[in-house]
Amino acid sequence: MEPFRVHQGLVAPLDRAHVDTDQIIPKQFLKRIERTGFGQFCFFDWRYLDDNLTPNPAFVLNEPRYKGASILLARENFGCGSSREHAPWALSEYGFRVIIAPSYADIFYNNCFKNGMLPITLAHETVDDLFRRVHAKEGHRFTVDLTTNTIEVDDDHTLSFEVDDYRRKSLLEGLDEIGITLQSEEKISAFEAEYAG
Amino acid sequence: MPARTMFEKIWDTHLVHQESGRPALLYIDLQLVHEVTSPQAFEGLRLAGRKVRQPGRTFATMDHNVPTTDRSLPILDPIAKQQMQTLTDNCKEFGVTLYDLNSEHQGIVHVIGPELGLTQPGMTIVCGDSHTSTHGAFGALAFGIGTSEVEHVLATQCLLQSKAKTMEIRCDGRFSPGVTAKDLVLAIIGTIGTAGGTGYVLEYTGECIRALSMEERMTVCNMSIEGGARAGMIAPDETTFEYIKGRQFAPKDFEQAVARWKEFQSDEGAVYDKTVTIDVAALAPQVTWGTTPAMVADVTRNVPSPGDFTAEVEQKTVEHALAYMGLKAGTPITDIRLDRVFIGSCTNARIEDLRAAAKVLDGKRVASHVHAMVVPGSQHIKKQAEAEGLADVFRSAGFEWREAGCSMCLAMNPDVLEPGERCASTSNRNFEGRQGKGGRTHLVSPSMAAAAAIEGHFVDIRDWN
Repeated sequence: MEPFRVHQGLVAPLDRAHVDTDQIIPKQFLKRIERTGFGQFCFFDWRYLDDNLTPNPAFVLNEPRYKGASILLARENFGCGSSREHAPWALSEYGFRVIIAPSYADIFYNNCFKNGMLPITLAHETVDDLFRRVHAKEGHRFTVDLTTNTIEVDDDHTLSFEVDDYRRKSLLEGLDEIGITLQSEEKISAFEAEYAG
Repeated sequence: MPARTMFEKIWDTHLVHQESGRPALLYIDLQLVHEVTSPQAFEGLRLAGRKVRQPGRTFATMDHNVPTTDRSLPILDPIAKQQMQTLTDNCKEFGVTLYDLNSEHQGIVHVIGPELGLTQPGMTIVCGDSHTSTHGAFGALAFGIGTSEVEHVLATQCLLQSKAKTMEIRCDGRFSPGVTAKDLVLAIIGTIGTAGGTGYVLEYTGECIRALSMEERMTVCNMSIEGGARAGMIAPDETTFEYIKGRQFAPKDFEQAVARWKEFQSDEGAVYDKTVTIDVAALAPQVTWGTTPAMVADVTRNVPSPGDFTAEVEQKTVEHALAYMGLKAGTPITDIRLDRVFIGSCTNARIEDLRAAAKVLDGKRVASHVHAMVVPGSQHIKKQAEAEGLADVFRSAGFEWREAGCSMCLAMNPDVLEPGERCASTSNRNFEGRQGKGGRTHLVSPSMAAAAAIEGHFVDIRDWN
């Protein structure tokens, strides 16, 4: 996995609560057998009009000012619903490396870390404030630094965030979790030898 | 030893290794696999030159993508066909048992696990599907995982996990007639919200839960994820043991197994991080009106208005939901007219669900403007329903009788709503576009769906005949 250390990028605000993984990547695109090719279908049903071709001008990510965004500002319970890892695959391939929201669904949150993407949790009021700032200033970019757990929002405004130590280390080093678990081979074998279940 | 919850007991018996500052390494008893979330996991194994560590603890079937029409016909969608073929090839290459389209055991992964006796108390069970919580009905710790974790479990039979908090959902009292397990779980989600269970494992307790059949318990645990909880569980009892007894993968020394299973109960005095109490006797049949399962109301109520909610974000969410659903605030739920009815899914496609719907439909006809279909949860259920005469009841009432699969619960296969179509569905999610782009889903119980099919709009099953 590609390590994540520092990322600077344009911020796009998706001002909706409970964005579920069916919105992030609709089911009709889950038939691929690869990990790639999902970015083009990210937010498909919101992104395109009913002809499935014309970009929907009312959808925020289609606004020219957010073209090339790599930090997604979102609302509570982001990524709820299905466990499909296709959701972080799609977001990542679309260009997002960081998500900032007040809360996430568990499975989605976990899946992000497996794909080199950093979901940051901040208080509701802080997220509200970020929405205001991003709406107010076109071309607003943040610098997210996982080595210091900080987000530079503006020259004079830096926020800190918390993330579980293990997950942080996994991202910083781009760890291969399976490889690490397989180093515990003896412990797993010993467990299996004793195990009655 | 201090008093422990059932969750903690299962956790402790599966703990392979715990290092401070790292998640626990947990042993997984059973992994269920399906065609949609597994191809990239098997490919990962292949690229790294790894094997499936315990093929005997791994079982696969095809459910998400499969057509529910005549199985002797070729599959028309070439991409779906390729995904199914990929599962076949992967299972062959890695030595995993597969119940494919032609197997008598084929069905929705969360229906066939219990049906075959694979799902047992005290187990840890995972699957690349969020409704894996279903298996918690047997007193197992069962939860959905992403594809990277599917690969991790295939390779190591273990999973890295941080310990969740526990929430007791105590369900006191008994159902009044016409109220079902589906109404209970919808009401629970309405109470705790779609994120209320985030970070928790739910344990359903109380008089009502003890009286539920296994099918009903599965319906309840199935939708735990819609309340944000990855897992929901119910302590095993005689009902559980009776269900498992005699099934294909039931333990050979059954009595000994039962003695062990009986230990997976929360101890008296065990402490939950949170407790929520539900007054079951006061419950009415539930109907969702919005685009999350928590947007739910008693069938006797009206569609709410954004002004009924206090937080601004919530008001906006409700406004969006009503616009998407094409509903006006204040409309009585029973005035909502339907185009489609879907009885199926891992929530409500078991034999008891089909019996409940058939009982309502017996001798009646589906409204002329309604297109209705039943998709049994498995081939076994289909056969059993045909033997019991239920299939004839459905067909005579004007329902289509289909082959087993996930079907219109997520509409990956050709069973899809047209834009603007409104559907009463026994499934678990009413998200935008879930059953087809622009489709409008109302979640209800099987008997409520059946009665709505006949009338062409929702009715209160309690005073309808």
